[in-house]
Amino acid sequence: MNFDMGAYGAYIWPAYGVSAVALIGATLWTVAAWCRAKAKLAALEQKTPRGIAAPEKK
Amino acid sequence: MQFLFRYANPHNFMRLSGAVLPFTAIAAALCVGTALYLGFTAPPDYQQGRTVLIMFIHVPAATVAEAAYGAIALCSLLSLVWRHPLSDTAARAAAPFGALFTALGLITGALWGKPMWGTYWVWDARLTSFLLLLFLYLGYMALWNAIEDETRAARAAAILALVGAVNIPIIKFSVNWWNTLHQGESIVSGATDPVFLAPLLIMMLGYMLLFATLWMVRICTAILERRARNLMQGGPA
Repeated sequence: MNFDMGAYGAYIWPAYGVSAVALIGATLWTVAAWCRAKAKLAALEQKTPRGIAAPEKK
Repeated sequence: MQFLFRYANPHNFMRLSGAVLPFTAIAAALCVGTALYLGFTAPPDYQQGRTVLIMFIHVPAATVAEAAYGAIALCSLLSLVWRHPLSDTAARAAAPFGALFTALGLITGALWGKPMWGTYWVWDARLTSFLLLLFLYLGYMALWNAIEDETRAARAAAILALVGAVNIPIIKFSVNWWNTLHQGESIVSGATDPVFLAPLLIMMLGYMLLFATLWMVRICTAILERRARNLMQGGPA
């Protein structure tokens, strides 16, 4: 693998850096939101057993 | 269409995506890793030198940005014609990723343009229509958030997405219809040397698989969030 970019390094590395940060960041954000949603639903389902709706608010 | 609707059921979608997700995620990582290896071992281009490396991330980002908008437009059409609630969820879930890939296409394109064209930006047809795509994504997401009633928001966003879809062929053919600084199509025409074509196509596949993975996870998240909202409001999960 050749990492010598010569004079073009000032353009190539930022392009790869921004892409890596954005894509890794998007992946982490997406997975974190998924885990949060799963945990929230699990907590709510424990409070409200399946098939039984929460009591109506008066 | 019946086949499509069977898997468009939220429960079936969660089951199917749960089975597919590990494979798409691993395949995306393998494709990106392979493309990076092939790209960084490829010789410098005779004209562009090592800036050709930017092509391996710029073109896939731009391709996914356009494909994501196409997916939103298709889901919006399904939503408007068949009123399928999962279509709205799917369309909305794709938008942030589409915007992200569009921004990456613009940033990497600017960083490639400066050493090759001598400028980061020029108001030519390809670049301007691609910038418009970013504004369409931002407008689409803003519209969803601006209207409180979800059914009305979905309808308005779907109409905006379909109207904006006219921009996709404009982006694609802008280099043919107008004189642009941006280069013309060079993949299908065979103008790209195989030593650069291989990492480019593999990276495109990797980016597509990454988008598909993130999109599916985001749709599943939205389904779970809706179930949680329904439970909190006392309705069925």
